[in-house]
Amino acid sequence: MITRRNSLAAAGTAALALPGVLRAQPATVKIGLVHPVTGALGEGGGRCRLGGQAAIADINAAGGIRSMGGARLDALLGDAQGRPEVAASLVEQMAEQGAAAFTGAYSSGLGLAATQAAARTGIPFSIDSGIADSLTGRGLANVFRFFPANATFTNDAMTALEAINKAAGSPAKTATLVHEDSEFGTSTAKLLAAKLPPIGIEVKSIIPHATPTRDFTNVALRIKSEKPDLVMMTNYPGEYTLLARTLVQQRVELAGLYSVSGGGFNLKFAKEQPQVAEGMMDFNHWYNPKDPRAPAFRKRIEDAGGVFSWEVLFGYFAIRLLADAMERAGSADKEKLTAALASSTFSDHFMPYGPTKFEGGQNQGAHASAQQIQRGDVAVIWPDRFADAKPAFPRPKG
Amino acid sequence: MISRIVAIALAALALVPFALPSQSLVSLAFLAVVAALLGTGWNIAGGFGGLTSFGHAIFFGVGAYATALLQARHGLSPWLGLPVGAMLGGLIGWLIGVAAFRAGLRGSYFALVTLAFAEAFRVIANSLDYTGGGLGILIPLRPGLSSFQFADRRTSYALALALLAVALAVSAWLRRSRFGARLAAVRESEDAARALGIEPLHVKAAALALSGAITATGGVLYTQTYLYIDPTIAFGPERSVEMLLVAMVGGAGTVLGPLLGALVLQGITEGSRALSTTPGVAPMLYGLVLLAVVGLLPGGIVRLLRGRAA
Amino acid sequence: MTLEIVAAALVGGLLTGGVYALVALGLTLIYGVLHIVNFAHGSLLMVAMFAAWLLFARFHIDPYASLPLVTLVMFAFGWVLYRFVIARISRGEDRAILLATLGIAVVLDNAALVLFTGDVRTAETAWSFAMVEAGPLLLPAAKLVSFGVALALGCALWLLMTATDTGRAIRAVAHEPEGARLVGIRPARTFALAYGIGTGCLGAAACLLLPSFYVSPQIGHVFVLVAFTIVVLGGMGSFPGAVVGALLLGVVESLGGLLLGESLGPIGVSLSFIAVLLLRPQGLFGARA
Repeated sequence: MITRRNSLAAAGTAALALPGVLRAQPATVKIGLVHPVTGALGEGGGRCRLGGQAAIADINAAGGIRSMGGARLDALLGDAQGRPEVAASLVEQMAEQGAAAFTGAYSSGLGLAATQAAARTGIPFSIDSGIADSLTGRGLANVFRFFPANATFTNDAMTALEAINKAAGSPAKTATLVHEDSEFGTSTAKLLAAKLPPIGIEVKSIIPHATPTRDFTNVALRIKSEKPDLVMMTNYPGEYTLLARTLVQQRVELAGLYSVSGGGFNLKFAKEQPQVAEGMMDFNHWYNPKDPRAPAFRKRIEDAGGVFSWEVLFGYFAIRLLADAMERAGSADKEKLTAALASSTFSDHFMPYGPTKFEGGQNQGAHASAQQIQRGDVAVIWPDRFADAKPAFPRPKG
Repeated sequence: MISRIVAIALAALALVPFALPSQSLVSLAFLAVVAALLGTGWNIAGGFGGLTSFGHAIFFGVGAYATALLQARHGLSPWLGLPVGAMLGGLIGWLIGVAAFRAGLRGSYFALVTLAFAEAFRVIANSLDYTGGGLGILIPLRPGLSSFQFADRRTSYALALALLAVALAVSAWLRRSRFGARLAAVRESEDAARALGIEPLHVKAAALALSGAITATGGVLYTQTYLYIDPTIAFGPERSVEMLLVAMVGGAGTVLGPLLGALVLQGITEGSRALSTTPGVAPMLYGLVLLAVVGLLPGGIVRLLRGRAA
Repeated sequence: MTLEIVAAALVGGLLTGGVYALVALGLTLIYGVLHIVNFAHGSLLMVAMFAAWLLFARFHIDPYASLPLVTLVMFAFGWVLYRFVIARISRGEDRAILLATLGIAVVLDNAALVLFTGDVRTAETAWSFAMVEAGPLLLPAAKLVSFGVALALGCALWLLMTATDTGRAIRAVAHEPEGARLVGIRPARTFALAYGIGTGCLGAAACLLLPSFYVSPQIGHVFVLVAFTIVVLGGMGSFPGAVVGALLLGVVESLGGLLLGESLGPIGVSLSFIAVLLLRPQGLFGARA
């Protein structure tokens, strides 16, 4: 006979048993990865995606999000193709497919559209690449950037240059800026032009150029006639490489090359073009070489056949930031996750950053570093506490 | 008759996003409608006028920048963007038309000169401070009717449908109006048209102007929806090619062609994306399907409606 | 701005023009003679460059040495592409040919992306850094070679078109397909042959470009508008015209960059194109249509 007490007890036992059933099948948390992987921006966007996928693999291999019962992360991949409207559409589709968070979108233009679309839904967005200050400056509560924004980035670039210059006896007194003429190059060059005079370097001229540019002989000759101590470039890989080569070909004598966000400055460049690359300095994003996990990560990417670059790092940590917040929130609910991100102190990383602290969505602890190609490899030369080599500056003449 | 049925079916389809709660469906529908709007604009010159253009992004970009500049540089209401953009698009269409046709350009020559103009506009937009140079123009986020920004995508979609309806009406008007007849006469044979007392130059330039005006409204809508414009987004060759494809694959010179083309091409894009996320595979499939469609349906998808006879 | 810099810009422009001529000569045949708006031209150049790069990276064959092989392979590829894809799909209709070449371009660009990823790759050969001193100027040896080969290729093509039966057949078919058929020339085969020759030229261009440039799936787009401008500027179908037009455009671009800056400079190409089309559509050496 089923009495009320019996049935209640039965119901109670069943209820107790249910979480066990749930626990046996950990939930999946979907994360939307929005990047341009085809078209002109496909090279960099593809690397960001690669990094993101590596992070998801690592987190799942380590047991998923433990505070959510070992929930696994699932990547929703989207190709933004370099068009903001596609990026926005992808975000909306992924939101409906249940994405708990987003990362992306390589370029600032795409990022602006994607983060805005995400803002309509309130789903948190962890920006990987795109340094435009406006990305976190629009007052959208769901947008977070773990990596440096343009203003901090260029400030640090100047601090680094000043330190490197002083340590060598200040041989650099003049500089010519060369930049590609879209948003990326123009905004950086503007900031640099304002900040170089205060550190004692006169700007001889600013030379914008189109992407693509097929020939840099004129630019090289102009630089040669101006005789600056430094050439500072901000451009994409093709043009970066071409300009660097042309400067060597035209025998332009410089105290050094100090690029700020040099697009072509990476390990491939160092290995494939040693003649040109040796001694080139770049202020850019890189890992903390003093943390053993960093070179191990790099090796893993290279062994898998990928090109290791900062985009891969960014894609990786943009996801790790999200996962860390999910751990602390114990949930992928968008409001809880947003709150957890805003109060994040994510420190389990190998980037050369100070403590994580978000203000208006921007991580105040994020800093880039100065690197130099020495003997076919990339070495970090500033700041001291993360450096693994001394700068070779100025260049020996002749 | 079949066209009428298809038209009604499409109209019904257009209302579906309003009925369903999905925001992404609205978003996709919006993209398709904007593509159809731009393709219809192209079609007025390229299809009905026989003036194939590779640089129609000029008009899209002019509309897009017009509304952006009105807000960002002059603090005026973005709603002015629609009339101002359309007028500028029309004016530039007229000027380019007169210049090109007075020089006797036609066929691929005309197409290439439009490409060159689009590229010139892109470089200029990239170099002037007024247009924000390479940085482009970012419109501050301020949802509200007065700032021509809508919190609900459905409102943007409704507006896009309205603009498309206007564009389609203009296309339909072209089919049966005197002006349309003159345009058709000029397209078939300029000499014969001249013998009938029609001045080809004026007719063609007018068609290009009309085309430009309509295409520009698409640009305005784009800027107001995505709130960011830069020279490549506005004037890039990809934009021009898209418009051309939509109209030609759908069926140039027909009213419904561009709309069908937009739907089919969007469908292929989304479909191929669903099949693979490996970079490059989806666009490659798109290209292959495109080749198949072009090969199997010469004259455009719209021919399916009418049977094989032209 | 010193005289030296202007002189350097002039000479540099001429040398760059030589490179442009290489890319434009193939298009002169395809667009200039056959009137095919070949949207796939840039993509085909990219394919050729990847072929040359592969031979260099995997088998260590210098691009200058692999030139004959790459040219032949590209010729075959172009011939097959026209005969079995473009001709089949378009059935000779102009609009459809355009869409077909567009589709091919999309497929090739993205196939390259799938196979090679978007990374920029270089091939450093002995010629990459060799410079020749000419007075106060330092000239890249690789560009001098390109210049020379461009002139030679222009001559060869001109001879082919004017002095050989094949050339006459191509011109006949382009001008008057029906008449050509009546005298026994087969239009479809001839078009395919011409398209193949045009693509073969891109093979040569690729090998000459590789030492001083880089290759990526996007590389073709860099040259496309310039190539079309040159074909029209030179006078549709005129090979000497294409070479002269290319040199002229190279100088215009170089001086434009010098005077207007490298950012606004590229407008020189578009404006030149517009000017030629509006003022003298038959180009430098073309006959009035």
